[in-house]
Amino acid sequence: MSFFKRLKEKFTEQTDAVTEKFKEGLTKTRDSFVGRMNELFAKYRTVDEDFFEELEEVLISADVGVTTVLELIEELKDEVRLKNVKETKDIGPIISEKLAEKLDKTGEDAHLNMQEDALTIILFVGVNGVGKTTTIGKLAHRFKEEGKHVVLAAGDTFRAGAIEQLEVWGERVGVDVVKQTSGSDPAAVMYDAIHSARAKRADVLLCDTAGRLQNKVNLMKELEKVKRVIAREVPNAPHEVLLVLDATTGQNALSQAKTFREATDVSGIVLTKLDGTAKGGIVLAIRNELDIPVKFVGLGEGVEDLKPFDANQFVYGLFQELIEEETANE
Amino acid sequence: MAFEGLAERLQHTIDKMKSRGKVTEKDVKEMMREVRLALLEADVNFKVVKKFVNDVKERAVGQEVMKSLTPGQQVIKVVNDELTKLMGGEQSKIAHAQKPPTVVMMVGLQGAGKTTTTAKLANHLRKHHNRQPMMVACDIYRPAAIDQLETLGKELNMPVFSMGDKEKAVNIATKAIEQAKEDHRDYVLIDTAGRLHVDEALMNELVEIKEAVNPDEILLVVDAMTGQDAVNVAESFHESLGITGVVLTKLDGDTRGGAALSVKAVTGTPIKFAGMGEKIDQLEPFHPDRMASRILGMGDVLSLIEKAQTSVDETRARELEEKMRTADITFDDFLEQLAQVRNMGPLDELLAMIPGANKKLLKNVQVDESHIGRIEAIVRSMTSEEKQNPSILNASRKRRIAKGSGTSIQDVNRLLKQFEEMKKMMKQMTSMQKGKKKRKGGFQLPFM
Repeated sequence: MSFFKRLKEKFTEQTDAVTEKFKEGLTKTRDSFVGRMNELFAKYRTVDEDFFEELEEVLISADVGVTTVLELIEELKDEVRLKNVKETKDIGPIISEKLAEKLDKTGEDAHLNMQEDALTIILFVGVNGVGKTTTIGKLAHRFKEEGKHVVLAAGDTFRAGAIEQLEVWGERVGVDVVKQTSGSDPAAVMYDAIHSARAKRADVLLCDTAGRLQNKVNLMKELEKVKRVIAREVPNAPHEVLLVLDATTGQNALSQAKTFREATDVSGIVLTKLDGTAKGGIVLAIRNELDIPVKFVGLGEGVEDLKPFDANQFVYGLFQELIEEETANE
Repeated sequence: MAFEGLAERLQHTIDKMKSRGKVTEKDVKEMMREVRLALLEADVNFKVVKKFVNDVKERAVGQEVMKSLTPGQQVIKVVNDELTKLMGGEQSKIAHAQKPPTVVMMVGLQGAGKTTTTAKLANHLRKHHNRQPMMVACDIYRPAAIDQLETLGKELNMPVFSMGDKEKAVNIATKAIEQAKEDHRDYVLIDTAGRLHVDEALMNELVEIKEAVNPDEILLVVDAMTGQDAVNVAESFHESLGITGVVLTKLDGDTRGGAALSVKAVTGTPIKFAGMGEKIDQLEPFHPDRMASRILGMGDVLSLIEKAQTSVDETRARELEEKMRTADITFDDFLEQLAQVRNMGPLDELLAMIPGANKKLLKNVQVDESHIGRIEAIVRSMTSEEKQNPSILNASRKRRIAKGSGTSIQDVNRLLKQFEEMKKMMKQMTSMQKGKKKRKGGFQLPFM
């Protein structure tokens, strides 16, 4: 059975809202990506160097990342030789299979490391303007719906209005926010927040931090300290360190993932703003080169629009047209 | 990650060529492939890259490259020239209306940095152009966006016009202009909510505001780290609003900033400012020519030179150079040098601008600014006699200095030793230079 068919079968019974949302959010991605692919297949009948060069471009245009693309192209060339593929239309399934393989490499699911009967601490890190505070608000809502007691820590003491922003989210979702004044030590905020969360017998503590560019050594040190303070108060905490990445970001996202991982041992990624941008390719590069799983994706501005990441769904959304075409032919 | 610059990339290709001794058409093709990859790695949009590479190929193939002794350098030069041309050579200024107030609208995606840039721009206009701006809070959607602008306004002591988040953005903007006229404000900066370029309803809101206030300048705020999508974003905003300029933010990060090229190529409008840090005064006029070499990964030599020029007092520098030549330098001069280097800005920023200082190397060189602080403290704890003549420093004096500066005697000794070595080195350097051509503009910093 073909790869597409297997994928499709997986989803025919499962026509839940999440898949719909995913498809909807990824429409742009799929349109441009698959559109380009089809264009490419129509343009080149035979598989040759020019074809691969253009394919390379298609993948790069999806922000996949040069290293990953080159690797992928090499693998494809091998595969083409091995299977003696001559026509471009036969290469489509091979490409998508490879992509899925890369996304699914680690095989682990996107679940968070939650503590039973104890406080789970999740630290959010990332550069400026990626949507850390908004993601925290959405995730707080999610946990609240699950019946969990959530506390937020306003650790962005630097940016003007950041504490207020988190407070608005706290009100909106109906959870407590632990804060100090603007300009205070974020590590001290965390200390306070942990004690407050414990006193309130909270289940989850979501820690906001100020956005910082990864090449600012001092600010990265500050982040290390924040993490250290949390670990000192609660052994094994933070239980998750989520790096929030803006999906519109290009190659720099890799540098972000790398540097933030060095500083804070990032355990997962939240990919935001995936509803607007045409590219989700950076996910591939990050999984391929750094092996950090994507745990959530932001697919819209609503409070409900944060969804767990699913590699299969992602590929399904990406290649939906191709899938339908192929299964229709069979 | 392979984030090496074009220079290094090309070097690989050229090294391979050397063994063959002749540059062929195929070599040029290979070099152009490297150029293409370098640009793509820098996030320049692939369409822009394609056109660009073709243009360059036309210029590079044939004589220009073939004849050259160092084809790699030649290619870099051609590429750099073309890139600079594409970026738009000249620096461009912000609009100024004949009849005040000049209305500036800030637009862009979420998280690009519109609000921060609005405040920075207001500060820039007041500080460098002696204007009296007013900021307008039209972001009625994002929680606390108005608070953010108001806080920044307070910090700057600059008026912020807001009507809360219940009023329609277009009404706020219209009222703000009236208010500005009444208060004799000559610039009105309108901060709008971040929005996706595919969100029609919100894009229409911007069009409404535009029609209501008739802005003299519409600035698209773009995150320098944006990838291939920059083209789509810029295209849609330009189509709906007709932007007049671009502000590139977060350029103090380690991104190559290829988005700058993409945006310029699709909109044809100049990039006017660059956000260089989180502080409110870190907004700089954009230098297109320098961006070209940054995208190529060739360092920002010009910026470095300019920084040195504006920060260092020329006559003092000459005096110092004279002293160095005679190795007659004292701790007083040393202190002054330290202060001048610090004036140029954070050391890591300076280091990052030196060409060849690639990211991999820089990562290991963490400039410890507090170390310089300690050195300064030690020198400042000396009496003026000691500064002029360090040889009189005995154990008791050293102990006093250590105590006074909060350091240890070992620290003091280390500094003295380094200082002596520095003097020795200067002597050697000056005697070495005597024979050779006189070096141009060369005061040197002992620890650089």
